[in-house]
Amino acid sequence: MSLVFAGVCSHAPGITGRAHMADPDDKETLYSAFDDMREALEASKPDALIVIAAEHFANFFMNNMPAYCIGAADEYEGPIEDPKWLGIERRLIPGNPELSKRIIAKVMKDVDVAYAEEWKFDHGISVPLHFLTPEYELDIIPVNINCQGPPLSPLHRAWAFGQALRKACDEVPERIAIVATGGISHWPATPDSGKINEAWDKEFLQRWCAGDKDALLSYTDEETWQDAGQGGFEIRAFIAISGATIGSQAKVHYYRPIPIFAVGCTTGWVDL
Amino acid sequence: MSLYQTQKLLYQLNKDVQMQASFLADHEAIMNNFKLTQEEHDALVNKDIGLLYILGVNGQILMHFAAMCGLAWPEYIQAMRDALAIHGNVRTGLYVTTDGKGAV
Ligand SMILES: [Fe+2]
Repeated sequence: MSLVFAGVCSHAPGITGRAHMADPDDKETLYSAFDDMREALEASKPDALIVIAAEHFANFFMNNMPAYCIGAADEYEGPIEDPKWLGIERRLIPGNPELSKRIIAKVMKDVDVAYAEEWKFDHGISVPLHFLTPEYELDIIPVNINCQGPPLSPLHRAWAFGQALRKACDEVPERIAIVATGGISHWPATPDSGKINEAWDKEFLQRWCAGDKDALLSYTDEETWQDAGQGGFEIRAFIAISGATIGSQAKVHYYRPIPIFAVGCTTGWVDL
Repeated sequence: MSLYQTQKLLYQLNKDVQMQASFLADHEAIMNNFKLTQEEHDALVNKDIGLLYILGVNGQILMHFAAMCGLAWPEYIQAMRDALAIHGNVRTGLYVTTDGKGAV
């Protein structure tokens, strides 16, 4: 049918794994922002949810690293992380291989992607699903954009990927939701963990809300690394959403830098 | 320098519970499958998270090994900070620190 929901949210493992170490107000306001996002997602009545996440060496390594990959399994297992460490129980999550393959074939008309019939979720998908589909009843289609290390797909390709994904969603009869997950500025799993460049984040989010293509694609990876850390490469996920929703305004519903979660925690969605 | 091999070992270990048990029982049997320098070998055997960080292991790979070795989050961050004081900055890769002063 079409794209019925497009949003973004954070996926940092600390959000669930280190919740007990957080200031209660930080935790409660963020968790309630996730609840609001879940309600908006549910109200769109999706048949399936595509999660575009930068994954973190759960399935892909430098022996065979796809720039873009879409999952096509009938079920997924996650999280790969120790359930106690992440604060999320390991479980099976439903997929829809037939729908995945139709979407993959349509995306391939515009952008070359890899596909995977086996996929284990890491915190990049498991943390968002913990809040957004807590009953795990919705079919999930995972997407990875390599944001871990160079060579990285250029930002304009992340935009083009989003555009291709939108075209594919519009061509299938199902109601499709997309959520892209990732950090904005952050220095995860480094001695700098907890550092957040709030001014940089706000500038980025302003460009994201406006869907300002030129401004969004103007960052160089060198600048992003300097100003927004290793985790900053995950802006590709946000940019894919902008590419999928050209001409629509987006709104940030929650943004707060929370150092113990190691990222400026964010939820936002597009006014489709 | 065989950072690739060190990271490959840890990547496989992180997602394979059975391999984790084998590693804890007999780490040499696992490590023989990877071409490691003596320094990398020793850092893995000694579970020297700080040195592995200095050698350039990607944080998204290392943080799981740190958890597997029983380090709580603040201990993991501190191990990397201590290693910076001992060894100087990360030798290669993206995980070079910019200031090492983030707030845990
Ligand atoms: Fe991430």
